[in-house]
Amino acid sequence: MTDVHNEAAEILIILNGEEVNVQKDMTIREASSKMMVDIPTICWSENLEPANACRLCVVEVEGSKTLVPSCSRKVENGMNISTASSRVKASRRMILEFLATANDLSQAPEITNLFDDYGVDIDRYESPTRISAEVKIQDELYVRDYSKCILCYKCVDACGEQAQNTFAIAFSGRGYGTQVSTEFDVELPESDCVYCGNCVAVCPTNALQFKTEFDLRDASNWRPEDQTVTTTVCSYCGVGCNLELHTQDNQIVKVTSPTDHDVTNGNLCIKGRFGWEYVNWVEKKSH
Amino acid sequence: MTKPLSIRTVVTVAEATAIDAVAKQAEVLIRSDRVVRGGLSRIKESRSFLLPALHALQSESGWISPGGVRYISELLQVSEAEIYGVATFYDLFRTDRPIESDYLAHVCVDPLCSMTGSEELLTDLKKNGQESERSACLGLCANAPAVFFQGKQCPDYAMADGDLGPSLQTISKGDQLLKRVGRIDPTSLSSYKNSGGYEALSIAIKMGPAAVIDLVTESGLTGRGGAGFPTGAKWAAVAAESTDVKYIVANADESEPGTFKDRVIMESDPFALIEAMTIAGVTVGAKTGWIYIRAEYPLAIQRVTMALAKARHSNLLGHNILDTDYSFDIEVRKGAGAYICGEETALFSSIEGYRGEPRSKPPYPTTSGLFGRPTVVNNPETLINVLEILTGGVTKYKSQGTPKSPGTKLYCVSGDVHEPGLYEAEFGIKINELISLAGGPTSATQAVLLGGAAGSLVEPEHFNLPLSAEATQSHGVSLGSGAVMVLGEQVNILDVIIRVAEFFKNESCGQCVPCRIGTMRQHEQLLQIKQTIDVERPNIELLRDIGNAMSDASICGLGHTASTAVQSAISSGLIWGSND
Repeated sequence: MTDVHNEAAEILIILNGEEVNVQKDMTIREASSKMMVDIPTICWSENLEPANACRLCVVEVEGSKTLVPSCSRKVENGMNISTASSRVKASRRMILEFLATANDLSQAPEITNLFDDYGVDIDRYESPTRISAEVKIQDELYVRDYSKCILCYKCVDACGEQAQNTFAIAFSGRGYGTQVSTEFDVELPESDCVYCGNCVAVCPTNALQFKTEFDLRDASNWRPEDQTVTTTVCSYCGVGCNLELHTQDNQIVKVTSPTDHDVTNGNLCIKGRFGWEYVNWVEKKSH
Repeated sequence: MTKPLSIRTVVTVAEATAIDAVAKQAEVLIRSDRVVRGGLSRIKESRSFLLPALHALQSESGWISPGGVRYISELLQVSEAEIYGVATFYDLFRTDRPIESDYLAHVCVDPLCSMTGSEELLTDLKKNGQESERSACLGLCANAPAVFFQGKQCPDYAMADGDLGPSLQTISKGDQLLKRVGRIDPTSLSSYKNSGGYEALSIAIKMGPAAVIDLVTESGLTGRGGAGFPTGAKWAAVAAESTDVKYIVANADESEPGTFKDRVIMESDPFALIEAMTIAGVTVGAKTGWIYIRAEYPLAIQRVTMALAKARHSNLLGHNILDTDYSFDIEVRKGAGAYICGEETALFSSIEGYRGEPRSKPPYPTTSGLFGRPTVVNNPETLINVLEILTGGVTKYKSQGTPKSPGTKLYCVSGDVHEPGLYEAEFGIKINELISLAGGPTSATQAVLLGGAAGSLVEPEHFNLPLSAEATQSHGVSLGSGAVMVLGEQVNILDVIIRVAEFFKNESCGQCVPCRIGTMRQHEQLLQIKQTIDVERPNIELLRDIGNAMSDASICGLGHTASTAVQSAISSGLIWGSND
């Protein structure tokens, strides 16, 4: 009986020429990933709803006039999907070129690593208008450099109803002038920000980073390859959030939480995220 | 550097009073001690009054003041950052400084108005001390150049032909959809009724919903906004939804450059729109309708609002209309300067109090539209066609136009013709016939821009092209909204194309990468080509790549069509004189 039920929930799609059975409530991206077909994305992440914004994950679906976003479009019976057709590749190339001519992607290797695959050539653009912004350092916890911001919606969604329900930041402006901002661009300590750091945790380009990382990078001493990650449980309250302590030279430099963790979905509060200074302090004392 | 705390100014009494007046009307004066914001349904409902509240603040103070934002935040339970985000989305909300005097002039610089000297007008206005800004199309193309005066504590008004005040006369000729335009008093319900008004509603009520849907389906009526979706199928889909709450939305955010048909309908025959929406509501089982009118149409807003009050007073709206079991009422929402809000899902976002960003489709509005409910969204021209179908019958309706495009269409003819205006003609009329109808060309015509900024250039050798959905489609162009902009011999086509590219750059909502950056790169590329006058080897390949990415990978119709005019100019050889 159970088998029959499962079969009913499965549908047939054609993925890059091959007929495959997949669950009917899956997105094209999920189905592809199950079949080991890789689709690049920037704005999608497992702990947030698809924003449909970067469009890097577009695929070709037979019968559809335009390409469709694989992150949010559900599979349908008989759907004929091409994830790497020349049309798809042409759009991905342009999206990467657009971002490369607009933003500082120097700390976004996951994006720049795709450049060769898609034949990105930014020299063909003569002096394109870039997104320029002064680095915002307004407190001891966050640094915001919006010249790196590709407007993926992740930080705004994490601050808003998908995680924190604080709504301290939102999109402002329109078109090329769109940016992430507090009300009237007031400084973060003056805004509704509660410093949970969930925005920083989801940022794909390091436009948002923790001050600890920024300072170490500034001193040319940020060495991810020398860092170890220790998983532990936050000791501040009874919720039981998992913490990943990133340590370099035996000092905590960053705290994250696993995005697939049942309790946190990758989110923390200010205590778990930043309340570890005492550990480094004790370390210093004992030496 | 901390910003001065003075930015946290308190709301003034006048601002609070103006905002309260809107909130009171909307019965959302529910206060809590703490700003809760997320989740609760009450809060989401309050949020849909954000746009009217911002209009009240802007109109009272001349800007969206920080104190006003804080006040609205507490009233509607929406965070200040989000309110700021919504306000900065729209051209008609100022967030940096108040309007200096009584009025801010928005001068249209889109192709038609530019051709008639709007840039010079803008310079003159500024020289005379009038605070003025460049604006997108104001829908007064037959009366160019056009200016929209946005008032501070004064009523907005539009100016065209150098004429002040709300006496804009757009030449309008037609004997079906336009039969009442210019012939009845648009402020008088009895005048409307005496000329056949409200016959269609009586017929529809007698026929019953299923028969009306069959009739509209049989008529072959399709949407007049450009996409051409069958209206009967749309109504049937919403009627089939079992939920209690459904909506009818009239998309009167007519912003496609060169288009002014819905403005003329609303200004000169507002009851027709209301009657048609009521029929739609009764037919699909919706009790609430919304008319979203762009703010640049102050006279249309005034006429429609007045007509709604009169219809309500005469039991033609509200509970048990015409003493039947049907109830239906309509609310007006005023846009705030954003072309993208004419995209149906962006329009929903705007009414709901969010930034006017389009949503991914599917789901389609018929299942998940306004407030996530099944929604019929049609523009005024499409809706008033239903009146003709009901009163005149399907046979007569289908005897006009072509088999695949039955009925008549409103064509907005502007530019270098002797009598620019609104012309009703059957589908299938040829471009040259339409130009003759509008008094003929004033100079040798180089091309027409068909379908507005999102449309294509058509050269004179194709002026025998019949204007029907099927003929334009097989020619690789689109009839779009029905804008026909006639470009005479003195027009610099490259300048027109550059302005079209600038329009899309300004109007892109910024949500998706292909459109946000693509519209910028397209405009830059065209400007560079013009500046370097490298007409020998323009980088057409890059322009083509940009265009393809926008039309293939963008979220909505704006991105999909942002390169259409540019590409048509290149492929037709109208710019750079080459066909390859």
